[in-house]
Amino acid sequence: MVKLNEHDGSIISVQDVNFYYGASKALTDINMSFKKNQVTALIGPSGCGKSTLLRLLNRMNDLIDGTRVEGRVYFEGKNIYDPHVDPVDIRRKIGMVFQKPNPFPKSIFNNIIYGPTLSGAGSRSDLSALVEKSLKQSVLWDEVKDILNQSAMRLSGGQQQRLCIARALAMNPDILLMDEPTSALDPISTAKIEELIDELKKDYTIIIVTHNMQQAARVSDETGFFYLGKLIEYNQTAKIFTKPDLKQTEDYITGRFG
Amino acid sequence: MEGTRHTSSQYEMELQDIKDNLIYLGVLTEKAIASAMDALLQRDTNQARKVIAADSEIDRLDMELEERCIRVLALRQPAAKDLRFITTAIKVNGHLERIGDMAVNIAEKAIILNAEPQLKPYIDLPRMAEIVRNMIRESLDSFVNEDLETAEKVALEEDEVDKLNEQIFRELLTFMLEDTRTITRATIIMQISKNLERVADHAKGVADMVIYLVTGKSVRHQY
Repeated sequence: MVKLNEHDGSIISVQDVNFYYGASKALTDINMSFKKNQVTALIGPSGCGKSTLLRLLNRMNDLIDGTRVEGRVYFEGKNIYDPHVDPVDIRRKIGMVFQKPNPFPKSIFNNIIYGPTLSGAGSRSDLSALVEKSLKQSVLWDEVKDILNQSAMRLSGGQQQRLCIARALAMNPDILLMDEPTSALDPISTAKIEELIDELKKDYTIIIVTHNMQQAARVSDETGFFYLGKLIEYNQTAKIFTKPDLKQTEDYITGRFG
Repeated sequence: MEGTRHTSSQYEMELQDIKDNLIYLGVLTEKAIASAMDALLQRDTNQARKVIAADSEIDRLDMELEERCIRVLALRQPAAKDLRFITTAIKVNGHLERIGDMAVNIAEKAIILNAEPQLKPYIDLPRMAEIVRNMIRESLDSFVNEDLETAEKVALEEDEVDKLNEQIFRELLTFMLEDTRTITRATIIMQISKNLERVADHAKGVADMVIYLVTGKSVRHQY
């Protein structure tokens, strides 16, 4: 059972966060809580800080030189930016799926077990069960069950992306971060991923960055609109797309920006 | 559309086109009600026939507007304000088209009444028609200007029309009780009164949608 943050019952929450790439400030005074088993979409024009925020949630920004974080990010009641917290441990519990599918140049089977094996997971039969479970969760199993030893690079783009989702799920994370997971995919593959997101929220909490506003409208329960590094409006998705509270949000949603 | 312009000027134009056409349709229907009532009050059967013939233009506009709205829904996937505008446009269009039909009903009844001796001087009916026409104008103005105050006023005027309708009904009942030969004519006048009352309902329907357009809240079925 995931421990929720005591102060607001959220699974992960961002408090008074500022973020810098060198001297330039990418995020300003962000306060935002994410509900468990919900899909939250982050939207906004390019450079608004939404992807920066996403990467901040599992300390992926640590890997970029010259970045600096102020503020706190609470997960399981602890600030993940505390000095004694191991970022690898955080990334195990908060998985990530990227814009372009990035399978390892290995077999489908080995792609899935790569992470669990590194963390010292069990026997061959346990691993087989894990592969089956993860691939079924990502609705790829029926398509690949007979070719598990084939290279993952031979799958289609949409299949590769579902494999990457399966690979993230194999680590049994609590939260799945998705950074424009369908922007490189055709509409059918996109529809499959969206269907999958809906399925996965029963067991996971999903936070998704998307440029496709209709996608945000289709898949998410809550939507946060970012502009120039600030969280402008954070509301139920249905509210954001029918009657947002702020004109700035309305202008962006309706394509009246700038 | 008011406020900031769309990044896509084509989209901007499509929405503006729908708005302009709706206003035009509104003007046509208000005129149709006015002409139909004139045909009755002036006992001008020729005029009544013109109203009936003119309805085909209203019907054509109704179909065309509906098609434009569906096109925007399909091709632009409007959201927020634009979504509320298109939803409003579809329903306003329906209300206006029905007002046109009511004008035809009144004109048809005027033709029948004009062929008979006048039952009584019309007093309440022209008053009612005046309020109703005003309601159509105000509901359209509130739509054009996204004016909440005017839209809310329309709802209040509807009560007045309802009362006049009841009053006309009671008065005609006394005519019919006194002299059974008046029944046919009295019933037709009642139907005209009922038609005007329906027009008031539709004007209120338009105003209700304007309230939704501006606030995002549905106020139908609240009065």
